[in-house]
Amino acid sequence: MAEASPFAARGAGRLVAHFWMILGVIVVAFPVYYVFIASTHTTQTILRPPLPLLPGPEAVRNYQDAFSGGISKIGGVSLWRLLANTTIVAMGIALGKIAISMASAYAIVFFRFPLRMACFWLIFITLMLPVEVRIQPTYKVMVDLGLIDTYPGLILPLIASATATLLFRQFFMTIPDELLEAARVDGAGPWRFFKDILWPLSLTNVAAIFVIQFIYGWTQYLWPLLVTNSNEMNTIVIALKKMISFADADTPWNLVMVTSVLAILPPILVVVLMQRWFVKGLVETEK
Amino acid sequence: MAAITLKDIRKSYAGNEVIHGISIDIPDGEFVVIVGPSGCGKSTLLRMVAGLEEITSGTLEIGGRVVNDLEPRQRDIAMVFQNYALYPHMSVRENMAYGLKISKLPKPEIEARVARAADMLELQPYLDRKPRALSGGQRQRVAMGRALVRDPAALLLDEPLSNLDAKLRVQMRLEIKDMHLRTGQTTLYVTHDQVEAMTLADRLIVMNKGIAEQIATPLEVYERPASEFVAGFIGSPAMNILTVECRDGGALLPGGHPLALAGLPAAGQVRLGLRPEDLHPAQPGADTIPVELRSVEHLGADAFGYGTIAGSEMPLVLRLPGSTRAQRGERIDLRPDPAQIHLFDPADGRRMTARTQK
Repeated sequence: MAEASPFAARGAGRLVAHFWMILGVIVVAFPVYYVFIASTHTTQTILRPPLPLLPGPEAVRNYQDAFSGGISKIGGVSLWRLLANTTIVAMGIALGKIAISMASAYAIVFFRFPLRMACFWLIFITLMLPVEVRIQPTYKVMVDLGLIDTYPGLILPLIASATATLLFRQFFMTIPDELLEAARVDGAGPWRFFKDILWPLSLTNVAAIFVIQFIYGWTQYLWPLLVTNSNEMNTIVIALKKMISFADADTPWNLVMVTSVLAILPPILVVVLMQRWFVKGLVETEK
Repeated sequence: MAAITLKDIRKSYAGNEVIHGISIDIPDGEFVVIVGPSGCGKSTLLRMVAGLEEITSGTLEIGGRVVNDLEPRQRDIAMVFQNYALYPHMSVRENMAYGLKISKLPKPEIEARVARAADMLELQPYLDRKPRALSGGQRQRVAMGRALVRDPAALLLDEPLSNLDAKLRVQMRLEIKDMHLRTGQTTLYVTHDQVEAMTLADRLIVMNKGIAEQIATPLEVYERPASEFVAGFIGSPAMNILTVECRDGGALLPGGHPLALAGLPAAGQVRLGLRPEDLHPAQPGADTIPVELRSVEHLGADAFGYGTIAGSEMPLVLRLPGSTRAQRGERIDLRPDPAQIHLFDPADGRRMTARTQK
């Protein structure tokens, strides 16, 4: 017994650990699973307890309905249109943030100009201001520029990112000075250095930031709600909200669930695909 | 290939001068080593030549052209960095070709040059590897190759061997020397290692606290150090330097021991420099220094003795023949070679021209 106990303890410890981990996964994953299950039943089945736990027979019809424009509640806008809108907005925000924050970080780290540190602190301070604080002036600007119900209106106010700028700044500061100097001796100007040296070395960071910002853009709620009046310009998150009415019976829950599944899928795809890619990147590059 | 001329080059950081006017004419093809302790400004000087640091005042000419205000790429120089600074995401081939690609050389020409450099540096098997898959010595060679393919007017090397282990350092030192003989490139080489300095240089710039203490050939620097600093810095073990009171025909050593020695001033204090190898064991006499040995290190070919002048705490380092059986605690007598003494002014440390010195 005394000899076996360390093994026994380890076995028991492992069991306990796995129990908790599995429990955690269930708690996190169950709602998602249930959304998927519900998307394969009729509204009547969903509303009548008990909740079914296995996929129902209505999957094909629900998804067909959803795509063929059976959702009158969101103004007859097709799901394709909503997904396209959301993709454009999320991509615009993610790429825009990367472009702007890389450019600002590049300027702050590699150039010496008056008020350089002041600029840095200005960017840094905006970290403390959530979007909601500046939402009214931003809205006013968008109205004045005539950008309500446009993609630029949805994207532009969200593409400046202090967080991403800081991340790139931290990364750029780990680039040894000699690398810049070697490039200068080799005849590379600022643009070539960025394109040939800095960008390839930053790719893993770019991938990470893209993932984070794509999801940020995809799940935006408040700003798209404010800046779009036309149903045509809705993002999928807004559309989801509009599909739900106060009375349960008026809500096509099965279609809401289909839409939810479709709203969840692209971010998951981005995470899964990009993660593989940037893990590969992490293994391959070395500063 | 070109000559380099420095005229009273100075560097200040925020009004604080760190390089106090350095002038040298480096003819085409010369190998000049800048040597000095860390913080003496040797790297700063090299980086000013490279164009990576601004020149506060003075004129720098490369190939007869004033280049003070030119970017590094316009100066026709190539540089090897201490940590090599290879582009981590590029293969060895791309690393070497990058500068040529920027200068928009035709592709076949680039390939030919890279192949030639790879040939010379024995890098052909590694051309498609990334720097991280190379050993330290190979990376160093790639850095050399990247500089050589440019066929620059001047080659600048900033402590290129200090990240290598001792054995590789000797090997690469020989290769660099060999390379210079083959290419005949004007070369400026910064190091703190006096062996590298002595073996590689056609001429040395010995720097201390931002001034050039001496600019001369390695042997000249060794045989006639221009200052106490140079005397102490070049040579291993370092030269013994004693403060002595000159008297008629000799000097009074620390500990009150009289020494008969030709070539000293008639009176006054001087700093007397004696290299460890110029002190020869001898029978006690008026012209010998009595030394109490504190320890003896046998290196085989020769032995280093560490002692003090009898009756004082003044340390003295000796180079004894390898066959010596002298033990610690023993007293030996040493006769300095009068032709090999060095005298320095106690006030400013500059070399004094003694009467009998060559």
